[in-house]
Amino acid sequence: MKNWHSFKLFDKYFLFDVPSNSLFNIEAAVHHYLQGEITSSAEREQIEADLSELKALGYLLEAPELEPELKLDSIFKALCLHISHDCNLRCQYCFADTGPFGGDREQMSYEVGQAALDLLLKESGKREQLEVDFFGGEPLLNLEVVKQLVAYGREAATAVGKRINFTLTTNGIELDQAAQAFLNEAGIQMVLSLDGRPEVNDRLRGANCYQRIVPRFQELVAGRNQQNYYLRGTYTAYNLDFTNDVRHLYELGFREISLEPVVTTAGDYQLKMEHLPLIEQEYEKLAAYYLERKLAGDPFTFFHFEVSLEHGPCLPKRLTSCGAGFNYFAVTPQGDLYPCHQFVGRTGYKMGNVREGITQKELRQEFGSTTLYQKKGCAECWSRFYCSGGCHANAELFNQSIYHPDELGCALQRKRLECALGIKGILMEQNV
Amino acid sequence: MKLVKLLVQGKLAATVKTGGCGECKNSCQSACKTSCTVGNQVCQK
Repeated sequence: MKNWHSFKLFDKYFLFDVPSNSLFNIEAAVHHYLQGEITSSAEREQIEADLSELKALGYLLEAPELEPELKLDSIFKALCLHISHDCNLRCQYCFADTGPFGGDREQMSYEVGQAALDLLLKESGKREQLEVDFFGGEPLLNLEVVKQLVAYGREAATAVGKRINFTLTTNGIELDQAAQAFLNEAGIQMVLSLDGRPEVNDRLRGANCYQRIVPRFQELVAGRNQQNYYLRGTYTAYNLDFTNDVRHLYELGFREISLEPVVTTAGDYQLKMEHLPLIEQEYEKLAAYYLERKLAGDPFTFFHFEVSLEHGPCLPKRLTSCGAGFNYFAVTPQGDLYPCHQFVGRTGYKMGNVREGITQKELRQEFGSTTLYQKKGCAECWSRFYCSGGCHANAELFNQSIYHPDELGCALQRKRLECALGIKGILMEQNV
Repeated sequence: MKLVKLLVQGKLAATVKTGGCGECKNSCQSACKTSCTVGNQVCQK
């Protein structure tokens, strides 16, 4: 089992100890030695002395797998309400088939949403904090039902001593001032979809949509004092220079940014293994820009560079991943339950409905008890405790099995983690 | 140690025994959601 990883970011070398989650700054010679490269005998003596000392302190060990006993508490923690299976954009890369997920273009009724919230509250055990995402399609096409469900959910949760935290993902087309006022006053966390530069955004999302979206996102974010949102974009094979898109989003005034690789198995814009060297270089460019802004005193957050070594989740959480299909479910406009938003419409993954609850109990148990050690290649991977075996839905999409992760996704995960750890190391050395 | 310097001392292995309370939010490894991913979650304990 690979229990350590040494790597270079810019002109610095780092060593990451996997089981302890510890990070070291190392000299180049140590990195070369650990990579099996030839070093001089004089260097080798000091390197081996230092590594022996590390091992004596409990690092770099060939330890057995860390496998705690899992406590499978079958409660609901979160729901993704597909409040609208229709959309007012036709983004070519949309995993939801531009809204309907392979089904009909329809809206969720208040009654279905209410039944979903009742199920969440009823099945949440002693848990007090619950999460509900309004998702689509485009949720603002069904804003009146969103408003009713927020009001109902808050009242019903309070009545049983719980709290529901709401999130809404939007493309911004319908985000007029009335919608902004509601979303800001209701304290709803926002995920705002925008891909970056105008030509990049509009190429796959539709002509002139950038100019319709951007002013509305800027108003919304200003109206909530830059809090409680994420600007979330997608990059594809068409913009492998995506640092320029992050820079553009920053220059538009956004400070909470996430840019994700497109997930698709077709299209000229599909990311392929042949793109990996360029993407890896690009993440380093992005890391440099991130550091530049941080050191200049006007930082932004980039989702994948924000890792906590000291206060992150425990090992049981890291082994079992996202909770999809176990205590997180997506609800379709008809009230059907799926493991998550990405599984909606996929054959064999309908798990029940909001009135009967989970009917595929064995499948739920399988999702809940699946750990990264059951997934192909994960036990040997140094970044395993930072992706938890990756996304079940992506694995199923690319390899027809939740136990066979997407290799390109894994490679990108490792590169992003190297950048995140390196950034952390560089900032610590500079006491930032 | 002359060639190696500790920057961050993690304590992940210890959570084999202390973790698993289940109070954390769901995460999303495909990063569709702001509640994601496991790597940037913070323990709720």
